[in-house]
Amino acid sequence: MNKMTKRVAVLAISAMMVMGSSLTASAANADRSYTYNYDYWGDVQDSPDAYTVSDVFTSTDLGLDVKMKAPQGLYVKDNLVYICDTGNNRILELERVSREKFEVKRIIDSFKGNVEVTTFSGPTDIAVSEEGEFFIADKGNERILKLDSDLNYMTQFDKPVDSSLDPNASFLPTKIVIDTAGRVYCVASGINKGLIKYENDTTFSGFVGATPVTYDWADYIWKKLATQEQRAQMESFVPTEYDNAYIDHEGFIYVVTDSVEEEDLDAGEVDPIRKLNLLGNDILVRNGEWPVFGDLYFGEGGGHTGPSYFTDVTVMENDIYVVLDRNRGRLFGYDDQGRMVYAFGSNGNMDGYFNQPSALEHMGHDLLVLDSLDCSLTLFTVTEFGSLIYQAIEQFDDGDYVGSGESWQKVMDIDGNYDLAYIGIGRALLRQEQYAEAMDYFELKYDDENYSKAFKQYRKDWVEEHIVIIVILLLAVFLIPLGIGKVKSIKHEIDTADIFRI
Amino acid sequence: MIASLKKKETYEKYFATLKFALYCITHPLDGFWDLTHERRGSYAAANTILILTLVARVMKLRYTSFIFMTVYWEDINIFLYLSSVLFPLALWVVGNWALTTLFDGKGRLGQVYMATCYALTPYPLMQFPLMIFSNLVTVDEREFYTMLSAISLVWAALLILAAMGQIHEYSMGKNLLFTVFTLFAMLVMVFILLLFFSMISQGVAYFISLGKEFLFRL
Repeated sequence: MNKMTKRVAVLAISAMMVMGSSLTASAANADRSYTYNYDYWGDVQDSPDAYTVSDVFTSTDLGLDVKMKAPQGLYVKDNLVYICDTGNNRILELERVSREKFEVKRIIDSFKGNVEVTTFSGPTDIAVSEEGEFFIADKGNERILKLDSDLNYMTQFDKPVDSSLDPNASFLPTKIVIDTAGRVYCVASGINKGLIKYENDTTFSGFVGATPVTYDWADYIWKKLATQEQRAQMESFVPTEYDNAYIDHEGFIYVVTDSVEEEDLDAGEVDPIRKLNLLGNDILVRNGEWPVFGDLYFGEGGGHTGPSYFTDVTVMENDIYVVLDRNRGRLFGYDDQGRMVYAFGSNGNMDGYFNQPSALEHMGHDLLVLDSLDCSLTLFTVTEFGSLIYQAIEQFDDGDYVGSGESWQKVMDIDGNYDLAYIGIGRALLRQEQYAEAMDYFELKYDDENYSKAFKQYRKDWVEEHIVIIVILLLAVFLIPLGIGKVKSIKHEIDTADIFRI
Repeated sequence: MIASLKKKETYEKYFATLKFALYCITHPLDGFWDLTHERRGSYAAANTILILTLVARVMKLRYTSFIFMTVYWEDINIFLYLSSVLFPLALWVVGNWALTTLFDGKGRLGQVYMATCYALTPYPLMQFPLMIFSNLVTVDEREFYTMLSAISLVWAALLILAAMGQIHEYSMGKNLLFTVFTLFAMLVMVFILLLFFSMISQGVAYFISLGKEFLFRL
């Protein structure tokens, strides 16, 4: 080969390598740390653990005579934990007596009251009001029970009377949340119109927050052309069902759904996590570099493929929400801007690994995960790294910018690959009006919005400081050519003046 | 050659031809006609413009504000990056010449190259100031940058079109037609090159495995 073709060959080969490397980069690496995060480029960055397993509680550890069977629901109120032991038709009330110890306080398997059935049939979720009233999704009995704190029957919420619902279809409430006014929002299987909303007097008052229907034009045209029989076989364009819900301390309802397709996620057409306001509109902030749908890469690994399938969500007091992925047994934490704070967990049998995680709750900063196949409750406690992150975020929200900056600095000392720390320090500096320093931090992590905020101020200050020089320069630019022109014309006049003609 | 470098006229000619690029980009039809027919262009100037274009392109990576350009440095190969200009340029020049020479095109291969390089002038001319400008704006003012940056490219593209029409002495319609044909020719050449290299690499792999087999059996 001569020189020219050699060069072209090198080009072609390196082009192939570039294409190849971008493909392999998306494949998951086996030697990853337990906790990880995504950087600006979407590359996986190993991270120190934000949470560690404090203990895993099985039926034996809790001293239960009858072992838990396919537990589905979890609820935390103060230091009490409620587990819906769905397979045994009972609800366990646990008390956290010390940091790492849970004791069974009572086992609820029936209640008192003037109704036909005073036991549960496959309870899937429970919620407890401020006053201690129990709301229980009694799925097998097709009702949502409301009991007082002494387990006396108060009332029940039945299948909503609505013309759009099939009267013969059974009503299967799976998840419930209650707001402070005693309204009940229910996720029921087979109902895709959003959450069922009941007023506190058990009247059904409508559906809230159905997902927007997505379809593409090609499908739509095909459907128009298809015959009746063909159409019946096609997928219908309907909203997706929700799988779980959580009401945060401000009364916003976070909902998750696992009926998502890879292509729709990539196209940004579905949102597996939504934050609903009172009108049922999605108000989740998605300002992060990457979309809020858990794992960014859906490569096959360990027998698991496809995107993250979220089965539960919980929201902490500092507005950090954590979602539970049942596909790969992972937890993803996001901050109020939709930026990933941490991701950890996996499938397996060790502590901190799951087989079929079904429910997630938080107790302060600690996380509780219920596994319905292992029938175990995993308690995650926050590490120094995790608590520093929380501290930095909380200090910033409280207006303690200096403290927040210092906390982020400590986070960065532990993990120099943690993007949020850089942006956090930058935001703290920005609030302290140290614009040039803030710009450096934002530039390091490519945060153009915040950088522009800092730069705008920096530019303004700079112009104000140098206004005299700027004005002089501007004047010079206009006046010097003008002056030169004037001098030239005078010179010309003198040169051509008749007086000097001899 | 060396002796001519000592003469003052050489430099005067060089700067005159380089300066003519500024006339070309503002008066494309007239300028590109004179470029070849009046010999007012030179290869030295064309090469200079091409080098400036390459330099601008590389410097953009580093000096443009990250608001407009975030660079994944791990994946940057400077030669590959430069070839993203040079390779299409070479394909264009060869493809255009090969086609037009069959259809009464008056331009020679060198002239096609020279005219194309002259037509690239707006790129370095605008990108260098834009590099500085990009560091003075915020995201709210990003439209100014993207607009100006787009203008530099569109301008260069239109100049190439005008240049080809002038040096080949084509009418407007014929010029457009052959521009489209040239683009097709470029695709064909890329296809053939890919075919060629995959064949070569398979051939090489065959002999390598043959050699390995031979060594194992020894």
